[in-house]
Amino acid sequence: MTQVLDRPVELKTPASPAERTARRKAALEWVAVHSLGLAAALFFTLPFVFVFLTSLMSDTQALSRDLIPHTWEWGNYQRVFDTPGFLTWWRNTLIYAGLGTVLTVVSSIPVAYALAKFRFRGRNLSLMLVISMMMLPPQVVIIPMYLFWAKQLGLSGTLWPLIIPMAFGDAFSIFLLRQFLMTIPNEYVDAAKVDGCGDFRTLIRVVIPMAKPGIAAVALFQFFYAWNDYFGPQIYASENQNAWTLSYGLESFKGMHHTDWNLTMAATVLVMAPVILVFFFAQKAFVEGVTLTGVKG
Amino acid sequence: MSTVTLASKRRRSALRTAAFMSPWLIGFTVFFAYPLLSTVYFSFMHYDGFKPPTWSGTKNWTYVFEHYPYFWPALRNTLWLVVVMVSLRVVFGLGVGLLITKIKTGTGVFRTLFYLPYLAPPVAATMAFAFLLNPGTGPVNSVLEKVGIPAPGWFNDPTWSKPALTLLALWGIGDLMVIFMAALLDVPQEQYEAAELDGASAWQRFRFVTLPNISPIVMFAVVTGVIQTMQYYTQPLIAGKVASGVIQGAGTQFEPGYPEKSTLTLPQLVYNLGFQRFDYGSACVVALVLFALSMVFTAFLMRRRGGLIQAGD
Repeated sequence: MTQVLDRPVELKTPASPAERTARRKAALEWVAVHSLGLAAALFFTLPFVFVFLTSLMSDTQALSRDLIPHTWEWGNYQRVFDTPGFLTWWRNTLIYAGLGTVLTVVSSIPVAYALAKFRFRGRNLSLMLVISMMMLPPQVVIIPMYLFWAKQLGLSGTLWPLIIPMAFGDAFSIFLLRQFLMTIPNEYVDAAKVDGCGDFRTLIRVVIPMAKPGIAAVALFQFFYAWNDYFGPQIYASENQNAWTLSYGLESFKGMHHTDWNLTMAATVLVMAPVILVFFFAQKAFVEGVTLTGVKG
Repeated sequence: MSTVTLASKRRRSALRTAAFMSPWLIGFTVFFAYPLLSTVYFSFMHYDGFKPPTWSGTKNWTYVFEHYPYFWPALRNTLWLVVVMVSLRVVFGLGVGLLITKIKTGTGVFRTLFYLPYLAPPVAATMAFAFLLNPGTGPVNSVLEKVGIPAPGWFNDPTWSKPALTLLALWGIGDLMVIFMAALLDVPQEQYEAAELDGASAWQRFRFVTLPNISPIVMFAVVTGVIQTMQYYTQPLIAGKVASGVIQGAGTQFEPGYPEKSTLTLPQLVYNLGFQRFDYGSACVVALVLFALSMVFTAFLMRRRGGLIQAGD
């Protein structure tokens, strides 16, 4: 049996026994690949499943080693919403993520356009600086930034130190958009110019409509970045519980509820769910964006 | 006459460029160049945020390298993560990418399932894993014990905390999977057919057709993985905090790196020095080390010839 399978390719002469071997080989490969696929699917989904099941357990059962709830306590979610501050964190997160995304997209598009389509001295240098900024951990400049926002402008305890910089372009968004705009043929830009469009009108009328998928990807990434951000709120908002975001507040849940893993897991589900919902509505744009980050030159 | 219009045209084009670039030019100056220089300046000053900064020479530097108990453990952890976590992520990401290109039935469903964990917010994902792997009531250890495998202490055991973080990182492999998937689909099909005609085995086809074609992407994944490791902050911090049972708010007293400094990373040191010990000068020293390390790998990523991200066209 294995000998048959290992025999080197007999496809040159498509006689029927060879064909049958090939077909059997294909069927076996199908089974092997899909069993592996199922195993991988379990690895990727079981953590979600266990988290969700635990979030529905009663307080006493959550202390046990049970895997499946005896009674389904949907009220746990109500209790999470009733936790003081939870709705405020939700609102803050939406403001940070929403406003931040709009500002980032608006301020990054013209920069990405200039880097992709204008010819000027220092363009390559600028692009290299953009990539460098993209690669740097935020901790590198956090001390002076914190002193600037907190000591000089008195804005600690708010999310403004995180939102305002987004009006001045974000390196990752600029880079991603630039990669996308590079794929738009120059002829379209030139044609618009011949028709008498200025640079600004060319950008608005011709380039932006063509770049919609790229812009959607950037907006999604930025939204998720703000949603997930822990370090930023930790630095600027920690002292004022009314300025906390979900990602930052979530951790305090474990503190408040000690061993009540059920409530902590319900809160975890509530922080994960919006991101996953958004993903389902915008799957294509997202995957396209991830692929773009790996594009060579 | 014509030279005048040419000059004015050139000036107008420079103005145009400046106008389009202006958001970033301001952002770069105010939020990057100035604070970076400032970080260098503070690294030579003694500053606690209350009394005005005073010159302290290289004191902060010698303190961080010779006396600060967290610096070398954090650097060692970073090295561990670079060697083990990054390489496992690349291998696993390539494997999952390969698997998804072979799956013919229900591809979309599989791809989505494999991708979703990548989207889980880091704090939420780490909390989830802290629960799944907790030695007391965690489902993973319950199952392991039922099967009869000795259950490790995961985030509560210094030898298992980094493997636990690695497991979390492998769970969120979606980004690499998509990048590898795109690269694998770009490999010219003729090359596989030619190799098959030559009687190449599956492994030989992978070794001599697939790998050479995707090697730039493998390199990209390795280098960006290393850069991400320099930024590794939220997951080790939350894992340590949750496992040690520290309550937020009283967080200034938190001893970082639980258990036994095994989850310390360089970004956590900036927080510990600057925002827990109010030693801004020493925090800036660590920030500069972080800067230097990140820049080395970024330069590697950008090398003009054979570089992975090409700047020009």
